[in-house]
Amino acid sequence: MALIETDQLEKKYEVGDSIVHALDKVSLQISAGEFVAVMGPSGSGKSTFMNVIGCLDVPTAGRYLLDGIDVGRMGHDALAEIRNLKIGFVFQGFNLLSRTTALENVEVPLLYSASTPKDHKNKAREALKLLGLEERQHHHPNQLSGGQQQRVAIARALVNDAPLILADEPTGNLDTKTSIEIMDLFVRLNEEKKITIVLVTHEPDISTFSKRIIRFLDGKIVSDEENKR
Amino acid sequence: MINVPSTVKISLRALRVNKMRSALTMLGIIIGVAAVITMLAVGRGASNKISEQIATVGSNLIIVLPGSTTASGIRLGSGASQNLTRADAEAIKNECSAVLTTAPILNGSAQIVYGNQNWATSVFGTDEGMLEVRDWPLSSGRNFYEQEIRSGAKVCILGRTVVDNLFGNDDPLHKVIRIKKVPFVVIGVLESKGQSMMGQDQDDIIYVPVSTAQRNLFGRWFPGTVRSIMVKAGSTEELDRAETQIRELLRQRHRIGPGQEDDFTVRNLTQMLQMAEQASNVMALLLAAIASVSLLVGGIGIMNIMLVSVTERTREIGIRMAVGAKSWDIRLQFIIEAVILSLIGGLIGVLLGILAAEFLSFFAGWTILISTYSVVLSFGFSGLVGIFFGFYPAYKASLMNPIDALRHE
Repeated sequence: MALIETDQLEKKYEVGDSIVHALDKVSLQISAGEFVAVMGPSGSGKSTFMNVIGCLDVPTAGRYLLDGIDVGRMGHDALAEIRNLKIGFVFQGFNLLSRTTALENVEVPLLYSASTPKDHKNKAREALKLLGLEERQHHHPNQLSGGQQQRVAIARALVNDAPLILADEPTGNLDTKTSIEIMDLFVRLNEEKKITIVLVTHEPDISTFSKRIIRFLDGKIVSDEENKR
Repeated sequence: MINVPSTVKISLRALRVNKMRSALTMLGIIIGVAAVITMLAVGRGASNKISEQIATVGSNLIIVLPGSTTASGIRLGSGASQNLTRADAEAIKNECSAVLTTAPILNGSAQIVYGNQNWATSVFGTDEGMLEVRDWPLSSGRNFYEQEIRSGAKVCILGRTVVDNLFGNDDPLHKVIRIKKVPFVVIGVLESKGQSMMGQDQDDIIYVPVSTAQRNLFGRWFPGTVRSIMVKAGSTEELDRAETQIRELLRQRHRIGPGQEDDFTVRNLTQMLQMAEQASNVMALLLAAIASVSLLVGGIGIMNIMLVSVTERTREIGIRMAVGAKSWDIRLQFIIEAVILSLIGGLIGVLLGILAAEFLSFFAGWTILISTYSVVLSFGFSGLVGIFFGFYPAYKASLMNPIDALRHE
């Protein structure tokens, strides 16, 4: 069964008098364990696609099944719960809470889950350990390098054992060397932990780490092909 | 699931990061709560003092005075006529069901002498009911016997001030003093009552049998008449009924026809004092109400800062929403922050208010009364202020769209 399945997905915005079709009848399937790169120029609809897939936004029309659940018509709080359980986010700007330590940042998704509070610290510590940041757990984000911050963000995405990681330009703020390190990390997570990864990027170098590349233009998929590493 | 302990932890951390701002925000609540506590303490202290005064005068008191009299077209003031008698006092005591006891009063001032000391004081001719009417216990000796009142015995009961001035440290019991040159045996000494509400020394007094006063001291009065009658009602609730009964009885006894004016005046002493007490209570509440305005202003300060805080932390809210915070998680976080601010402010305010009240009592000599009720009230109110004024900013935060919030710089 596909982890992500969209059918005639549409998203329209009204800008002044005109209507912008950010997503125009997008139908696709992504199976569990895939590593997909979504590419396209700015305004192509790839960000809107990510927002809808990430349950941060709802489609205007069409259907979206995530792990077999129809999430297209869900309410605010139900979507929050889906995000908490099924999806880990990694952003270009890291989006860590600046006043809190690495460990506490990783802990945040657990605070909003049904899990028992006493396991939180251990789970968060384990996630950090997996990413080699054990020694940095009490550091604040501004005491960490960009690569380290992004690894904290990945640890946060992993901590709730979500089957899907959505990464929006995760290397956009990093230098080439660090970018490669981060991408290697994604590959490892994909291969070893069988986590499905959907990555938005406009850099061809980065997209080569994926197994499948989907290109967007004007809200439509223009190509969808396998990538041989 | 909303996790309250960790939300409290998150809120506390956020407040600690902005120490200066948190302290300034709390200041409004601190001042408000402190003001309410101090004002209530001062107000309650004042009304408590009045209650004590009521207790020294005697509770449930009614005083009956003679009315005005008209002589050749000249109306004299209230109390001028001499138409109240000891028999009236007896009749009120025996026939009015709401009345507990009565005491006639025939008073004047007199020079008194003991040994080589002398002193001018007020001498009250009365009967054995007086001590009960005024709730006035004896520190030594005994009350008048009924027979002494009837026979006009030359015995007297002294107030503390008189004893101090005439006897010094000697025991006055069974000694003979002269009042207007008439010898009287001291049979009792009253306990000290201190100053009255008007500042008079209540202990500067001598009680003698009313018959003796009429015959030997203030004999210019018509035989049998007294200056006033003090009446003690059975209870506060019975005061009004007692007043009506007294009026009816005296009209009947004085043969006043319907439509004619009373030739006497009935005054409810306790009621006057109770009104004073009520007035001071109202004053206390008024002060507290004014003080609570500053609590309200403090609350608005909290709302103001929380709104700024919500805007400032838009990105944080976006992150929390993205990783699974529901509307209520966000709302609760900001409400708890506001409540923590106001409760800590409230606590400091309570301490400061108590301190200020104690300061007033210590240095300005004001009577204060800090009640648990006022502490609980103002502390609880500060918590409510936090919830009330924290709700709108929290609600605003919870309505944010995660995508926009994450994009916010």
